[in-house]
Amino acid sequence: MSCGPRRDGGCLAQIKETKGIAQVSNQKTGSITTAEPTIEKETRSEEELDLPWQVVVHNDPVNLMSYVTMVFQRVFGYPRDRAERHMLEVHHKGRSILWSGMREPAELYVQQLHGYLLLATLEKAC
Amino acid sequence: MEIRRRNDQIEISELDPFLAELLRQIPASANPEGAPAAEQRLFSLPTNRKETEICAEWKTYVEPELRRLFQTATQTVAADLEQLNGNEKSLANRTLRIPAKHADAWLSALNQARLVIAAKNSFTENELNDHFRSPIGSRRDLSLFQVNFYGFLQESILRELED
Repeated sequence: MSCGPRRDGGCLAQIKETKGIAQVSNQKTGSITTAEPTIEKETRSEEELDLPWQVVVHNDPVNLMSYVTMVFQRVFGYPRDRAERHMLEVHHKGRSILWSGMREPAELYVQQLHGYLLLATLEKAC
Repeated sequence: MEIRRRNDQIEISELDPFLAELLRQIPASANPEGAPAAEQRLFSLPTNRKETEICAEWKTYVEPELRRLFQTATQTVAADLEQLNGNEKSLANRTLRIPAKHADAWLSALNQARLVIAAKNSFTENELNDHFRSPIGSRRDLSLFQVNFYGFLQESILRELED
């Protein structure tokens, strides 16, 4: 089992199970028998498979800057300066990644942002 | 026109008949029916079109919820605007009192109206940033004034909530 670093500090449950070839040699008869075939099983946790989703907010010339900042504070609980940084990134670069993580919470964030009439999408990280 | 917080209310006073009429038009202006561009803007897709499963689920489960949410907000605003009804003193300046607990509904309804008007008129970013254009000229100029006036109200309500 190996634990890789992850953004949320968790541990990827990566299990690599190997049953090596058990070769049994019979010295008296000189024959060699293979006891079991090799089975390699590699699994990854549901969380890991589900990780790369991003909540992206896109620029919209109608929504007010102060309103967008307030929405980021309310939805993500960001402090004002961080919310303003994201708002300005949306304004100047056309988009900003507000959050990344598992699909289900990402969908909920997008739903809340649409409730505030912001242009928001759910995207898989490349 | 003056906007201030008084106890648990946001008070918009010295409303002249023209601005009072623009306020009365908020619920109707927020309605995207019959304008596909406006409908598309209020109910935009949650992801790119390749994610067909997510888009289909969204249409089925989330969009109806959003419609209800937006409708509830405009209904709350329409109820508050009843204060401006009546022919009595119709030419006099009026005062509108918005309960502070309705502030979110107002922010939503004003935003809906701004987005719908902007989508219906296909306003450019330059036009939207032209805050000094006179409303007297064409229907388009009046619509632009309406978007800016509603934006000013949104800013004012946000400021009152922060204070």
